[in-house]
Amino acid sequence: MSSSTSSLEERHRQLGLTDGEYARILERLGRPPGDVELAMLSLMWSEHCGYKHSRRLLRRLPKDGAHVLMGPGENAGVVDVGSGLAVAFKVESHNHPSAVEPFQGAATGVGGILRDVFAVGARPIAVLDSLRFGDPGVSERSRYLLEQAVAGIGHYGNSIGVPTVGGEIYFEGSYEQNCLVNAMCLGLAPHTRLIRSAAAGPGNVVVLLGALTGRDGIGGASVLASAELGEGDEAKRPSVQIGDPFTEKKLLECCLDLLDHELLVSLQDLGAAGLTSAASEMASKGGVSVHLDVGRVPLREPGMEPFEIMVSESQERMLCVVEPERVADVLGVCERWEILATPIGIVAEGDGFQVLDGGLVVADLPVSVLVDDCPLYDLEPVPFDGALYEAPSALLTGDESPAETLLALLRSPNLASRLPVFEQYDPIVQSRTIRRPDEADAAVLMLPDSSAIAVSIDGNGRRVACDPRRGAMEAVYECSANLACVGAEPLGLTNCLNFGNPEKPHVAWQLVEAVEGLALACEQLGVPVVGGNVSLYNEAPSGPIFPTPVVGMVGKLPSAARAGRLGFAFEGDAIALVGPFEPSAVGSELSKLLGRAPVGELPAADAARIRIAHQAVRSRVRSGAFHSAHDVAEGGVAVALAECCVIGGLGASVRLPNALDPFGEAPGRAFIVSGPREALAPFVVIGEVGGDALAIEGLLELPVSGLRDARDGGLREWV
Amino acid sequence: MKFGIVRFPGSCDDIDALQAASRVGEAVLLWHADHDLQGVDAVIVPGGFSYGDYLRAGAIARFAPVMSEVEEFAREGGLVLGICNGFQVLCEAGLLPGALLPNVSLKFVFRQVELEVVRGAGPFTGGCEAGERLSIPVKHTTGRYYAPDVELDRLEAAGQVLLRYVPGHNPNGSLRDIAGVCSEPRNVFGLMPHPEHAVDPLSGSADGLRIFESMRSHVEQHVLA
Amino acid sequence: MRARVLVRPKAGILDPQGQAVERALPALGFDGVSNVHVGRLIELDVDDPERLPEMCERLLTNPLIEDYTIEQ
Repeated sequence: MSSSTSSLEERHRQLGLTDGEYARILERLGRPPGDVELAMLSLMWSEHCGYKHSRRLLRRLPKDGAHVLMGPGENAGVVDVGSGLAVAFKVESHNHPSAVEPFQGAATGVGGILRDVFAVGARPIAVLDSLRFGDPGVSERSRYLLEQAVAGIGHYGNSIGVPTVGGEIYFEGSYEQNCLVNAMCLGLAPHTRLIRSAAAGPGNVVVLLGALTGRDGIGGASVLASAELGEGDEAKRPSVQIGDPFTEKKLLECCLDLLDHELLVSLQDLGAAGLTSAASEMASKGGVSVHLDVGRVPLREPGMEPFEIMVSESQERMLCVVEPERVADVLGVCERWEILATPIGIVAEGDGFQVLDGGLVVADLPVSVLVDDCPLYDLEPVPFDGALYEAPSALLTGDESPAETLLALLRSPNLASRLPVFEQYDPIVQSRTIRRPDEADAAVLMLPDSSAIAVSIDGNGRRVACDPRRGAMEAVYECSANLACVGAEPLGLTNCLNFGNPEKPHVAWQLVEAVEGLALACEQLGVPVVGGNVSLYNEAPSGPIFPTPVVGMVGKLPSAARAGRLGFAFEGDAIALVGPFEPSAVGSELSKLLGRAPVGELPAADAARIRIAHQAVRSRVRSGAFHSAHDVAEGGVAVALAECCVIGGLGASVRLPNALDPFGEAPGRAFIVSGPREALAPFVVIGEVGGDALAIEGLLELPVSGLRDARDGGLREWV
Repeated sequence: MKFGIVRFPGSCDDIDALQAASRVGEAVLLWHADHDLQGVDAVIVPGGFSYGDYLRAGAIARFAPVMSEVEEFAREGGLVLGICNGFQVLCEAGLLPGALLPNVSLKFVFRQVELEVVRGAGPFTGGCEAGERLSIPVKHTTGRYYAPDVELDRLEAAGQVLLRYVPGHNPNGSLRDIAGVCSEPRNVFGLMPHPEHAVDPLSGSADGLRIFESMRSHVEQHVLA
Repeated sequence: MRARVLVRPKAGILDPQGQAVERALPALGFDGVSNVHVGRLIELDVDDPERLPEMCERLLTNPLIEDYTIEQ
C-alpha cells in the first residue's frame, strides 16, 4: 500500500493537487497516502468533484419550497406535482469533453444527466440542451462543434427513447475556444419509487451494474501507473468516453424494475471519478464505511491496476446497495434486462473507505477525508472596470432602415429558426409532448391526470457580461416568463454556472455577483433551487468566456388542453403588450450586430410588478382569455412580433407606445399577447392580428413570408 | 380485439403503441424472449432502436425467440403491423419485400408529414378512402425504402403499396415516395411513419387512429365473427 | 482462424455516405478521387471457415442491398 515518499511529492502536483492540499492530506491521514489513495484524493479534491471554489457561495441559493421533495445534494432535485407523482430534474455541463470530441462529449453529457435522474427513481421523460459556440459565420471549428454536438445529442437521446423537447443555442466569439454543452433532464416517478443515495445497513452488499470498466477518463491519474504503456498505447487510455445508449436503455429499465420491486436500499450513478466518488458519496451520506474489492469489478481491459479501476469513468454504470437476502432477486432482474450485475463490496460500521485487490488492502482512509476534508476556498472578487471582452465585428452600420434591421436580426445566428436542429431530435417519444419546440415558449408534457408540466432552459452570457447581477436575475425572470406563456407556475429551478478561472479576481467577482442575482430573483419569485452544477476554468489565453449562468425551470399547469401557444391564432384578435417594460440597447442583439462590446448597466427590474405580470399572463392563458402569449426577449418587441407572425402564419398591424425602442431588450418582464378585445382591455393594446404582413406604424411593413424566409435561412447550412 | 406489442431490448415506442392500441381494443406487451403471443388477434412490431440498431437496423431483432411465433402467425394469416424499426425488422425477416436504407440526408429526421392513401381497402387501410391524406409524424435515420425496380413495378401493380409520401413530403428519399407496403396476402404491413403518435388531437393529429381502427374492423368481421 | 468480411453497398443503390466522402476529399486538397463507397468490416475468429458464407447470408449482410467478400 505504500510508495516512496519523494516520488509521491512530485506526483501530487502532476495530479493537480497543490502543495497546500498535499500538506492537508498528510495532516488529515497522519501519514503519506498510498498510490491508490492519492489517485482517489486527487479526483475527490479536484474542482470538478469538490466544488472547492463554489461550495461556500452556493449556500446563498434558496432551497426551500412547498413542493420540494429532494433538494440540492442528491443526484437530482425533486418536486411534487400532485396525484402522488414527482418530477426529478437537473442540469449538468460537459463543456471540456465536448471541446475535445463534440459528438461523444455531447452524447455522454446526455447519458450522464439521464443517469442522475433515474438514480433517484424517476423515469427520464424529457431532455433539453443549452449550447454555446463561437461564430459559425467565420469559424469552421465552431460550425464543426455545432454540427457534431447536435448529432451527438440526437444520437443518444433518440436511441434511448427520451424526447428532446427544448433547448437554446447561442453563438458568441467568447465561446470560440471554450464551447458550452449543458444538458438538462426531467424524470417522472411515483413518490413511492423515489430513492436516495445514502448507503445504509452494515452487512449490506454493494453491487455494480452496467457496462464493463475500462480505462476511460483516467487522464492525469495515469502518472501513477506502475507500468508505462508504450507509445502507440494511447488508444488504451481513451481521453474520449464513448457513450452506448443501448446499454443505458437496458440499464434504465433494469433500475426502474429493481425499484418497482423495492429491491434496493440505495442507488447512485457513476460519473466523474467513477467508483471512488459514487461509493464515497454513498458512504458519507449514510454515515457508514464501505469496503470494495477491485478484483471483482468486471473489466473491459486486461491488467488494469487498482487505481485505474477506482477512478475509471467508463459510462453506463450504476452502484447500488442491496440487503444480502435480496441479492439473488437483484441478479435475476438484471439478467432479464441483460445487465451485468456484480457484488463488489459491502457496507460496514465505521467511517472508512477500504479498497481491496483480492485479499490485499490497497487503500484505507476515512470517508470524511475524501468527502468532507476537501478544502474550500473563498473567492477574492474584485469588481471589474472597463471592457473585459472584445467588441464583435460590426455587421450593421446603424444607418439601416428598421425593416432591414429586423431582417438582419431574424437572420442572425442567435435568432434564426432552430428548426434545422430540432428536426434532428425526436420530441414526441413517450407520447407526453403537448407543445413541441417552436409551438410555445416552454415545452409542455402531459401527466396522467391531464394536468401538465412545463419546462424551459435559459441564459444570456452577453448580458451577464455587461452586468453579472442583473443579467443573472434576468435568466430567472425569463425562465419564469416562458413558463407563464404556457400557463405554468414555477415549482423549482436548477442551474449550471459556466465561468472562467475563479482564481482571477474579475472572474470571482462575476461569479459572486451572478450567484447573488440568481438568489435574489429566486427569492423574489418564490422559486427554490433544487440542484445544479458548476463548470469553472472555461478560459483560453485570450480570456474567459462570458459569465454564463444557465437556468432550467420546471412548472405545472392544471390543464394540458389549455397549454398556451406563442403564434398569433385568429384574425381580428387584439394584440397587447403586458408587463413593466423599460428596454435598453445595452447587451442587446442589435448592439452586437452594431459591433458594440458588452458593457453597461442593464435595466433595473421591479420584482413586484414582474410577479404581477407573470401571474396576469399565466391566469389568462389558463382561462383561454389569451389566445397566444410570447415573452419579449432577444431582439426586443419587433422580433417578438415577427416570431408571433411567422409561427402563427398571420400578419399584424401594430403601433408601439411612444418612443418605445423596437429592438431594445429587458428579458423576463414583457409579453406580446393576443386575444379577444374585451379580454385585452385592461392592458396596453397595441394593435390587431390580420393580413399577411407585419406592419409597425411609422417603422416598417414586411410580408410574413419575408420574415419567415429570413428566419428560416439562418442555421440550416451549418447543421 | 386484442393487440400484442413486441418488446425487444431497445424498443422505444412500444409503450406508445400499447397506449394507442388501447384506445381501440385490449393491448398487451409480448416479451422478446418468450415464445408466447398470448392469443392476440394482431401483432405490432414497434419503433425504436432494438438491439441498438447494431449491424443493421432490425437485423438482430428478427432472430429474437418471439419472432418465430410472429412468423408462424403471419404465415397463418394473422395481422402483423411493423412501425419504423418494426418495418425494418419485418423486411429483414423476409415477411415484407424490400429494405430500409439510411436517409439520403444521412441525418435523423423528425417531421410531421402528409401521406396519401394509395389503397383504401384491406385490414390496415380499409377504413380510409383511396386518395385521402393522413398527417402522421416520421422520426428515423434509416427510412429510405428500397427494392429493385422490377420488384417495385410488381408491388405497385399488385396494390401492395398502401401509403405514399405526398409530393414534397418525402423525408428520406424512399423510392417512388413509398411510405408503407404490405405482403402479397395483405396481412402484414410495414410503414416508416408512426401512426401511434397521431391518435390524440391534443398532441398533433389523430389520423393514425384510422389504421388501428381498420385492423379492429377487419378482425371483428373476419376473425371474431 | 481469423477472418474478415468486407461488406459494401450493392452497385446501383444510392450511397449517400460514399457521396459525402467523395465531396469532402477535394475540399481538403485531395483531387482525382472518384467512385467512393462506404461499407462495413466484420472481423471474427472462426473454428469452421466453411460456414462463413452461410453466416454472411443469414446475419452478417442483407443480400438484397449488400455485397460482401471474405478474407482469411
